[in-house]
Amino acid sequence: MSGSVVDNTVSSGNSSAAIPTDISGQILDLDEDDDLEVFSKDTTLTDGSSLNASMQTSSASMINQYKFEEEEEDADTKDIFVTVDNPESHVTAIETYITYRVETKTTRSEFDSSEFEVRRRYQDFLWLKGRLEEAHPTLIVHPLPEKFVMKGMVERFNEDFIETRRSALHKFLNKIAEHPIFSSSEDFKIFLTAGSGELTSHKKQGPGFLSRMGETVKAVAAAVRGVRSRPQEFTDMQEYVEAFSQKISSIDKVTQRIVREQKEYLEELKECGPTYALWSQSEEELAEPLKNVAGCVDKCCKETDEQVKHLNDHLIPVLHEYVLCADTLKAVLRRRDNIQADFEAKTEALATKKADRDAMRDELDKTEDRLEWANNALKSDWTRWQKGMRTDLRSAFIDTAERNVSYYEKCLAVWESFLQSQRTDAEGNGNVDFS
Amino acid sequence: MRERERDAEQGDARNRTSLLKKMEISVAEAEKRTGKNAVNMQETYTVYLIETRPVDAASEGTNPVPDSLWRRYSEFEQLRNYLLVTYPFLVVPPLPEKRAEFVWHKLSADNMDPDFVERRRVGLENFLLRVASHPDLSTDKIFYSFLTEENGWKETVFETGFQAKADSRLKALNATFRVKNPDKRFAEMKHYGDELQSVISQLLRVRARAADRLYGVYKVHGNYGRVFSEWSAIEKEMGDGLQSAGHHMDAYAASVDDILEEEEHYADQLKEYLFYADALRAVCRKHELTQYELEMAAQDLTSKKQQREELATGTIRTFSLKGMTSKLFGQETPEQREAKLKMLETQIEEGEELVKERNGECEEFVKSAWVDIERFKEQKDHDLREALISYAIMQISMCKKGIQVWNNAKECFSKM
Repeated sequence: MSGSVVDNTVSSGNSSAAIPTDISGQILDLDEDDDLEVFSKDTTLTDGSSLNASMQTSSASMINQYKFEEEEEDADTKDIFVTVDNPESHVTAIETYITYRVETKTTRSEFDSSEFEVRRRYQDFLWLKGRLEEAHPTLIVHPLPEKFVMKGMVERFNEDFIETRRSALHKFLNKIAEHPIFSSSEDFKIFLTAGSGELTSHKKQGPGFLSRMGETVKAVAAAVRGVRSRPQEFTDMQEYVEAFSQKISSIDKVTQRIVREQKEYLEELKECGPTYALWSQSEEELAEPLKNVAGCVDKCCKETDEQVKHLNDHLIPVLHEYVLCADTLKAVLRRRDNIQADFEAKTEALATKKADRDAMRDELDKTEDRLEWANNALKSDWTRWQKGMRTDLRSAFIDTAERNVSYYEKCLAVWESFLQSQRTDAEGNGNVDFS
Repeated sequence: MRERERDAEQGDARNRTSLLKKMEISVAEAEKRTGKNAVNMQETYTVYLIETRPVDAASEGTNPVPDSLWRRYSEFEQLRNYLLVTYPFLVVPPLPEKRAEFVWHKLSADNMDPDFVERRRVGLENFLLRVASHPDLSTDKIFYSFLTEENGWKETVFETGFQAKADSRLKALNATFRVKNPDKRFAEMKHYGDELQSVISQLLRVRARAADRLYGVYKVHGNYGRVFSEWSAIEKEMGDGLQSAGHHMDAYAASVDDILEEEEHYADQLKEYLFYADALRAVCRKHELTQYELEMAAQDLTSKKQQREELATGTIRTFSLKGMTSKLFGQETPEQREAKLKMLETQIEEGEELVKERNGECEEFVKSAWVDIERFKEQKDHDLREALISYAIMQISMCKKGIQVWNNAKECFSKM
C-alpha cells in the first residue's frame, strides 16, 4: 500500500505511556493523546518510506502527509489477503455462538509470519471496528453486518443468515486491509494474528470505562454547542450524505420488493408446468407438445429461482452495506462537527477567560491541530470512499445486469429448443410450415 | 384470425363448399348504442359491424364497398342457439365469453371496457369464420341471412320455431336420466370433454395469477428508473451512467404491457377450446338423450307387446293396476278385451314406427356426430399445437426484449 500514511494506533492500548505530563491530569481528553502519538511514532511502510514525524509537525506538512495516492488498490501490489470462512458453532454453559475462521496470508514485514489462522466471533469484529473508530474518528470504517436481523424472522443460527454474515464480515476485513491507514493498525494486526487468550487480554487494555464515558459526555456537550461556521465543503458533504442515504435506501427497498414479487411469480409459475403435464395425459396428438411445454415451463422455473437467489446473495448485501455506510458517514460528519465545536468553544473561552491563558492557548493549539488533522483525514478518506462506493456499486449493478441477461438467454434457449422440436415434427408429418 | 381463414381454406377437401370460399367475412367495428329495451328501460349496449364481400370481387381488383350490418351480442347468441337446436350432432363453435373471466387484476372485468369489447369483436369474428368454414353449418340459410339481412332476421329465425324446440330440449337435457347401454365412444368423448374443460380452466386460472405477478415484477423496476434519476443528480462521475440506466429500467417496466397483451391472445385461444369442450360435451349429452329416448320407446314397445301377449293368452306376467283391479273386481268382458287388444295393436304399430324412427335418428346422429367429432379433433389438435407454438414464440420475444434491455443497462452501468 503506497502513500504516505501515519498510523496512530501502533501503540494503542498503552495510551497512558505517552501522555505528556502537562495534560496527564485530563483523563477525559484521551483522543488528544492519541493524536499526539501520531507525531511521535516511527512507522515503517512496505514501500520502505518512513515517517519521522514529531510532535511539532505543522499542520501544513501534516496535510501533505495525509494525502492518499490514487493507485493504492492496485491488485499487483496487494500484499495481504484475508479470508473469512468456515463458521462453526460453539456451545458453552452460558451461551451458544458462532466463530469464523480468519485466514491471513501476507508478505508484510511487520507480521511475524506469512500465514495466520485464527477463529473470531462477531463480538471480536465489533471490538475491532470500535477501536478503529476511536483511533480515527473522522475516517470511514466500512460497516459491519448488523447485530441481529431486524425483521426477527431469521434466527441467529439459520444457515442463510450465517452465510450472509460471513460474507459481510469477509468484506469488512478486506476493506480494512485495503485501507491505507487501517491496514497498519496494531489492533488490526492483533485481530488477525493473536490467539484467543492473547486477544482477550489485549482487549482489556483498551480505554477504560471512564474514558469511554468521557467520550460520550464530550460528544453530547459538543452536540449541544453545535458548530458555528462549518466549512462549505463539509456542509456539501452532509447534504450529499443525506441525499445518498435516501437514494440508496430506496434502491435497497426497491430491490427487496423485486425479490418478493419475483418469488411470488415463481410460486404461480410452478403450478403451470404440472397443469400442462396433466393435460397431456388426456391427449393423443397433443400429448407430446404439451409434455414438452410442461418441461420448458419447469426449466424456466428453475432459472427464475436461481436468478432470485443471485439477487438475494449478491446485489442485496452490497446495497445493504451502503445503506449502513450512509449511517457511518453521518456519524463521521457528526464527530468532525464535534471536534470543530470543541475548538470553537475553546477559542471563545480563551477570548473571555483571564486566568490560565497559557495553558488554554496550548490546548487551543492542540485542538486546532486536531481539527485540521480531522478535516484533512476526512477529506482524503471521503475521496477514497467515493471511489470505492462507485466501484462497488457499479460492479454490483453490472453483475446483476449480466445475470439478468444470462437468465433471459437461458429461457430463450429453452423455448427455442421447443420450437425446434415442433419444427422437426411438423416437417416429419408434412404439416403446415410456420416460419 | 385471417390465418384461420387461410387454414380453413387450405384445409381438407370438405371445405370446398364452405361459405368462406365465396365470401369474405369480418367483424370490423364495435360501437356503443343506447336504446329502449323490451321493458322500455334505457340501456347501453354494444353493436358489432359485420362486413361481407364476395371473394371474387376482391381478386378482380374492383374492391367494392363491403355489405355491412350491425348486430349485438344477443343476436349472435340467438344464432348459436338456433344452430345448436338444428344441428344437435355437430360441435357448434362457441361464442366468446359473455363476461370476462380468469381476469388478472390489471384487466377489467367490465363488459363496457374498450379492451374487453375489442377482444370480443375479435372473438365474434372468429365465431363467424368458424361457422363459415364448417362443411355443414356454412350452408345454413339462417346463418347466411344473419350475415346479409339486417332487418327481419330476428323474425325469420323466430319462425323456425327453434326457440320452443330449444326450450323443450333444454328441459329434457337437464333432467337426470340413465342410459342402459351407453355408447362407449360417446362416453369416452364426454369424459374427455370434462377433462379438457377442467384442465384448461386450471391453466387459465394459474396463468392469470402468474400474469399478475409478472406485471408486479416488471413495474417495480420502474422505481429504479425514478430513483436512479434522482440519485444521478447528486453524483458527478456516476451521474450520466445512472441516468441512462434509469431510462432502460423505465423501458423494461413499460414492456410488460405489450407482453401481457400478447399473452391475452393466447388465453383467448385457450378459452375458445374451453368453450368448445362444452360444445363437445353437449353433443355427447344430446346423443345420450337420443339414445335414452330410443331406449324408452323400445322399452315401451316391449311392455305393450307383453301386455298384448298376456291379454291374448290370459296369463298375467306383468303387474298392472288394471289387471289387479280386474282380479279384485272381476274379469272384463270378451268385448272389453277385444277392444283393449285392438288398441294395443294400434299402439304397438305406432310404437314400432316410433322405435324405427328413433333408431334411424340415433343412427343418423351417431354417424354425423362422429364425422364432426373427428373433424373437430383434427381442428383442435392443429389449433392448440399452433397456440403452444405461438406461446413459445411469445416467450422468446419476451426473452429477447429482456436481453436487450439488460445489455443496454449493463452498458450504462459500465459508464458509471
